[in-house]
Amino acid sequence: MHELSIAISMIEMATKEAAHHGSNRVSAVHLKLGPLSGVVKDALMFSYEVASKGTPLEDSQLVIEEVPVIAYCTSCDAKRVIESIQRLSCPVCATPTPEVLQGKELVVVALELLSDEPWSPPNDFVNANAVS
Amino acid sequence: MHPRLVEVRQNVLKQNDLLARSLRRQFEDTGVQVVSLVSSPGAGKTMLLENLLTFLGNECRVAALVGDLATANDAERLARSNAPVRQITTGTVCHLDAEMVQRALAGWNLADLDLLFIENVGNLVCPSSYDLGEQMRLVLMSVTEGEDKPLKYPTIFNTADVAVITKIDLADAVEFDSVVAHQNIQSVRPGMKTFEVSAKTNAGMSELLQFLRPQRNAVPTMTNASRAASEGM
Repeated sequence: MHELSIAISMIEMATKEAAHHGSNRVSAVHLKLGPLSGVVKDALMFSYEVASKGTPLEDSQLVIEEVPVIAYCTSCDAKRVIESIQRLSCPVCATPTPEVLQGKELVVVALELLSDEPWSPPNDFVNANAVS
Repeated sequence: MHPRLVEVRQNVLKQNDLLARSLRRQFEDTGVQVVSLVSSPGAGKTMLLENLLTFLGNECRVAALVGDLATANDAERLARSNAPVRQITTGTVCHLDAEMVQRALAGWNLADLDLLFIENVGNLVCPSSYDLGEQMRLVLMSVTEGEDKPLKYPTIFNTADVAVITKIDLADAVEFDSVVAHQNIQSVRPGMKTFEVSAKTNAGMSELLQFLRPQRNAVPTMTNASRAASEGM
């Protein structure tokens, strides 16, 4: 049951990131989770709720996107979605697929923040859409 | 209140992964080969390690870090091998992380070592998420646990580089089906190198010792652990 320490790391990271964006209130955390991350979704949801009490993430939502394992099949020369982590082989031709391309994710992809002030760019903000 | 969505894209275990990467670089720079052991409680990590330290201690400079929730029993047992051993007592934490390894190494001169073992806490779940900076991870399963262990804990087998089936002196008594066990290992981690040993009778030990013996001037291989570390985070 290491999901609690994972939840705490996540909350610390989100708090820091929110502060960086001038907010002290996080309303949602969007997480990408792979089956080979070693993290159990339900245990993480529960730990998150407990660990977020009294932090800027209290009552926030943890939105988990579960991504499948994708491996490379050398026989088909193609990327394949692996149905079960008990059997790492190509679903089309049954060749073993040791090369895993996706499935270990434990990544915070986005945060939903609330702030008292309307948005203003942080100091290191770079406007990618700016026309020079 | 003004709502806003910000893109982050950050690995939750980034701190651990960064530290593990820096440890791995230190290990490589000082020329010490670092091998970790994971298994369920009672699979025989400590007994196997005691043998490895005793045998390899005769030919190279070897040391060990051992993780345990509460006791120092393992370190005391391993100290009989005369190799330097340090206990990491994790308290209630069910796994080792890179920071615990770094702290435990304080004061040791890595350049004085050829081979370092890290014995994780007995647990087949939690250690899979934490890179310790090791160059090779051994996952142990004993014949008494049953052939389906890899299917029950595919993630830990997937993060490991080598499987070691232990207590093979008991294989007949528990009607262990070696063929099925190997099939299951290959199913969750195709191509995984597998050894069968008994730390009691020393059956199979010479093959494992030969494999673990530090190869001077060997070409470093891309292990699972180092591959994970080199992936973008």
